[in-house]
Amino acid sequence: MSEQYEPVIVGFLCNWCSYRAADLAGTSRLHYAPNMRPIRVMCTARIEPQFVLKALRDGADGVLIAGCHPGECHYVEGNIKALRRHILLKQMLRQLGVEEERVQIVWASASEGNLLAQAVDRMTEELRDLGPLRWKQTVLSGNGHGKPASVAPTAVAEEV
Amino acid sequence: MYWAASCGGCEISVLNIGDKLLDVDAAYDVAFWPVAADFKYDDVRGYPDGYIDVCLYNGAVRNSENEEMAHLLRQKSKVLVAFGSCAYEGCIPALANLTTKEAIFRSVYQDNPSIDNPDGVFPQPVSEVPEGVLHIPEFYETVKSLDQVVPVDYTIPGCPPEPEQIWAVLEAVTAALTAGAELPPAGSIVGAGTVAVCEECSLEKNEKTIERFYRPYEITPEPELCLLEQGILCMGPATRGGCGALCPQVGMGCRGCYGPLDDVEDQGAKMLSAIASVVDVGAPDEEEAELEEKIAAAMDTLADPAGTFYRFSMSKSLLQRARPDGGRPTGGRPTGGRPAE
Ligand code: SF4
Ligand code: SF4
Ligand code: FES
Repeated sequence: MSEQYEPVIVGFLCNWCSYRAADLAGTSRLHYAPNMRPIRVMCTARIEPQFVLKALRDGADGVLIAGCHPGECHYVEGNIKALRRHILLKQMLRQLGVEEERVQIVWASASEGNLLAQAVDRMTEELRDLGPLRWKQTVLSGNGHGKPASVAPTAVAEEV
Repeated sequence: MYWAASCGGCEISVLNIGDKLLDVDAAYDVAFWPVAADFKYDDVRGYPDGYIDVCLYNGAVRNSENEEMAHLLRQKSKVLVAFGSCAYEGCIPALANLTTKEAIFRSVYQDNPSIDNPDGVFPQPVSEVPEGVLHIPEFYETVKSLDQVVPVDYTIPGCPPEPEQIWAVLEAVTAALTAGAELPPAGSIVGAGTVAVCEECSLEKNEKTIERFYRPYEITPEPELCLLEQGILCMGPATRGGCGALCPQVGMGCRGCYGPLDDVEDQGAKMLSAIASVVDVGAPDEEEAELEEKIAAAMDTLADPAGTFYRFSMSKSLLQRARPDGGRPTGGRPTGGRPAE
């Protein structure tokens, strides 16, 4: 590969803190990786696990969830719920072969633009290291229906 | 009725409609039902297109034979019904989507303690023997639902579907075919409810706050109390009703066999979401690292989340299968290959 691979991160940002943190990072002209596509939600609790799975299936290389620090959620415990979902989802994604680094959660208050920028930078590097996910192309296609199986039986026999 | 990749329980469930079977017999001729009568695939090939009024296709699409029959039966049938959870959403056979064809072949034909296969012989779709060339169906990497292969008119969920529900559907279809009654719109899920199993469940429900999960052998449930409240995983909140909440009412958590509710794409994700509201571990005033650790420990008591949440709906889940290469193992435990213990 001659060109550097640019991972796509779907970012779900809480309106009250991390979305503003991203804003702040922008207005203070912080330089950070342009790989995150931000989506504003009212609270991290709004992020259903289906959203994360859909992003991964439909082309994201990673998903970043960013919200208020525990204790600072505008809906009191929304972020605790989000954290519970996130932890369980990660345990499940592991079984599906999705690496931990691909789905992350960070807490960044409205004044912590630098923290958010660092998280995006770090995650971008981690994903670059892991390589593209490309779920539809690599996992869902060519898996044996009407096409040769990805593991030809002869190959299995030879390998053993 | 065709038996694809499934245990065959659906075939038996049709017999469970009891003496209504006589009504079915009066209204229909059996055109193809290998488990009950001697029919060959060639009989089906010989029928004109649309010859079969109603085809109940039971089982998932796991190999080329299932796929070929799905196409053939689609062509020969007026109404094609995905009958039961395997045809609808993959069901137990689709749990194999958590592993790979290669790993399955290795287990079955090589590593199994009762297998002796020194030459590493594996099934081949085509092989030459002295008598000629043998063809056997090709085993696919991924188990699919029927509607992922051909268009399906109706779906009857359940593992297996309940007899009253089967009869209700057969009655409605028969009425449509003989008396011109109206059929439900194509694509419908029939023979099931529209509310969650919880709504049908008579156990006492309170606010659910649990600190850990128990596997069935670790606990004797209180008989009258919601199982989820007792820490026994019950898929009731994320599962379509229609069975009358059979399992929880006898002390066994709902496994989720009627599939997701309307407008839910991913039953497992829905259940995962519900669990986050039930597990009452971690509070806003706790230190961040400690918070994470405590929640992770509580969630760790839930064995095999992927296999549990997608026990029936793996094929229809958003990700559909594990990555065949298993991803890069990063978090201690290996990924892919096998469901975690
Ligand atoms: S036992 Fe299961 S189905 Fe019954 S109310 Fe509780 S969660 Fe719902
Ligand atoms: S309670 Fe759940 S697992 Fe049991 S029959 Fe009903 S839907 Fe299926
Ligand atoms: S309001 Fe920000 S995480 Fe809930």
